[in-house]
Amino acid sequence: MKLRISMLAATTAFAVQMVAGSALADTLKIGFLATLEGTYTILGEDSKRGFELALKQAGHKIAGRDLEIFIGATDASPESALRAARKVVEQDGVDIVVGPLSGSEGIALRDYSKTQPQVTFINGISGAQETTMVEPSENFFRFNMDGAQWGMGLGSYVYNEKGWQVVATVAEDYSFGYTNLLGFAMDFCSAGGEITERLWVPLGTKDFASIIAALPDDVDAIYLGLGGGDAVNFLNQYLQAGGDANLIGGTIMVDGTVLSSKGRAKEVLIGTPSSGPQADTWDDPKWQAFVKDYQDAWPPEERFPSPSLLATGYYNSTNAMIQAMEAVNGDLSDGHAAFRQALKDLELDAPNGKITLDHNRQAIGSNFVTEVVEVGNGELATQLVAKIDGVSQTLGLDPAVFSAEIGTPSRETPVCKKWF
Amino acid sequence: MRAFWKRHPIWSAILVAASFVLLWLIFAIWPPELVAVIGKKKVFVNALLNGITLGALYFLVASGFTLIFGLMRNVNLAHGSLYLLGGYIGYEVATLTGSWLLAFPAAFLSIACLGLVLQVLVFRHLDGQDLQQTLITIGISIVLADLMLWVWGGDFYQILAPEMLSGPVETFIQTGVKRSTGAPIFLKYPAVRLAILLAAVVIGLGMWLILNRTRIGMYVRAGVDDREMLSASGVRVQLVFICVFAFGAGLAGMAGVVGGTFQSMAPGEDTRFLLSSLVVVIVGGMGSIPGAALGALLVGLAEQFGSVYMPTYAVVLTFLIMVLVLAFRPQGLMGKG
Repeated sequence: MKLRISMLAATTAFAVQMVAGSALADTLKIGFLATLEGTYTILGEDSKRGFELALKQAGHKIAGRDLEIFIGATDASPESALRAARKVVEQDGVDIVVGPLSGSEGIALRDYSKTQPQVTFINGISGAQETTMVEPSENFFRFNMDGAQWGMGLGSYVYNEKGWQVVATVAEDYSFGYTNLLGFAMDFCSAGGEITERLWVPLGTKDFASIIAALPDDVDAIYLGLGGGDAVNFLNQYLQAGGDANLIGGTIMVDGTVLSSKGRAKEVLIGTPSSGPQADTWDDPKWQAFVKDYQDAWPPEERFPSPSLLATGYYNSTNAMIQAMEAVNGDLSDGHAAFRQALKDLELDAPNGKITLDHNRQAIGSNFVTEVVEVGNGELATQLVAKIDGVSQTLGLDPAVFSAEIGTPSRETPVCKKWF
Repeated sequence: MRAFWKRHPIWSAILVAASFVLLWLIFAIWPPELVAVIGKKKVFVNALLNGITLGALYFLVASGFTLIFGLMRNVNLAHGSLYLLGGYIGYEVATLTGSWLLAFPAAFLSIACLGLVLQVLVFRHLDGQDLQQTLITIGISIVLADLMLWVWGGDFYQILAPEMLSGPVETFIQTGVKRSTGAPIFLKYPAVRLAILLAAVVIGLGMWLILNRTRIGMYVRAGVDDREMLSASGVRVQLVFICVFAFGAGLAGMAGVVGGTFQSMAPGEDTRFLLSSLVVVIVGGMGSIPGAALGALLVGLAEQFGSVYMPTYAVVLTFLIMVLVLAFRPQGLMGKG
């Protein structure tokens, strides 16, 4: 027995020495979280492509360290994100987590990250406002804008250019749905528009027929804040019900994930204005190069015609991690301090514009107002109509005013009035 | 009917009154006071019709489930996977041949064959072992889900309805009058949903006739009541089991085509429909076809009315019905005690 204990002590001491001595040459363990199950499966799959593309371009090595990837599948619910994060952090012992994808998952991981200070979390593409605005976590970084930032510019565009003054909204009843609508609503109401009715549907709703019948017909347009399978189902049933109102798309309503679905339903969306972190057919050379890299990396049947915002978001987050890691030569031995500083100071030259972080470690970047166009052989894509640079999380308002007067996005927040 | 009157005079009166109110709500033009209280008639009638058509879809899925359970005491937790696989096969056939109608027999036959194989190779050997059956069917559903993800990916698939069924038709239900001309406005309703409702009614009646008027139906009913006695009287029970399992599975596969037409198919739909089938048979009563019809109708209506009139609580409404049924009538509305 005694012998065994001393043997154990010796091995442990040896192991500790090994870790200390070879911190730089060690493999880097990275956890990847995305919605690979449930209604957002296809979104998760494309986000994985963005992640893989960034790693491929880095030669599957970061600052000379080999990589070991652990994948956690979630289903857009906060519990699933927590379960997956626990698995990769506590069981697999990863150094860095890239993810999650969906709004409420992000809020859950912000809280979880506070209990795991030895791990750095880099958000995938989740876009709830609270995640980085309310009690932010020191080791949680977000290199994508939130849903409200993605809504900027759309409201004033439809009011001024399309002349739609009165709208009703249908959106999903969770944090991202609220946040995404908040951006649109603040912009739209400030331009002079009026929102008469806000309908909310649970995430994962598949039969919208009654909601469609309840849509008011005395409005100029209807704002749709749905995503994934729910969006496709809505459009399918909208077509069957003979709907012909003007539509305004929320950010994931007209994303590549919906625009490349099988069937006829998506054709309803042609001409629909929307906004978000990218425009599929933007002619910027850096964006075009990224689209080409994405297209070259997979055969056409295994990817979308061009990267969805999920792929772009994870690509950016992963690149931010790689660049900050290179800046500190892959050294995390100081409890990630230098690495985190590098992340904070990073100016990410992303394909969809320059991205910097604010004091809450939240992205400031460019937002794109787009319209859906046909690009030949039945494919649909979003085309740029306006680009707004330097969109901050408080949408240009004073942070104190923003948090005091507007409040956390919810079913009734924000009220429709002149904000800007 | 008369016996029911005699035994439950109060219930009968309430039912008749309720039917009159419902008929009036559907056919009368609503006075402005009523509109002020519960909103437009268009919304109400739509929710009613949508609830019924959604119930029709749930019925198609759940009737096979309840039949299999009633006869074999086999809770087939892979039933949702059969639904989704049927939808995918229907999609492939419909896009390949361009015929929507052909998708139905194709999905029915292929999934019925799969059901047959499952019964012969797996469930036959697990007769009476509830726990093993449950675990194995969960296992099968996980394997099938991964296989489907492998073949069809995470994409959303819709089966295109034929041209004549796409878009809405005008029904005979009047929702109001045009303010300018005084001409009546009739309710427009998606044609494809009406077709599906009709199909569900035909299938339901057909199943009822087969169960109550044919020899094989008699075997099935006898098997539901007392399996041992049936086999003791010389009926080849295993053969009846195989037929029923194949039929129930085929029905789920066909329902997949229906679901793929007016909703969509994607990973996750399998568990969603398994869950709704479970709720339907718990509400309606395990093993009862009329129970499945009633349960499906209640669940469908609850979902649709809930989504319009109380969106915040729409999600819990279905489960509230289940809780109430379990509390006051644990054997289900039509279940035998």
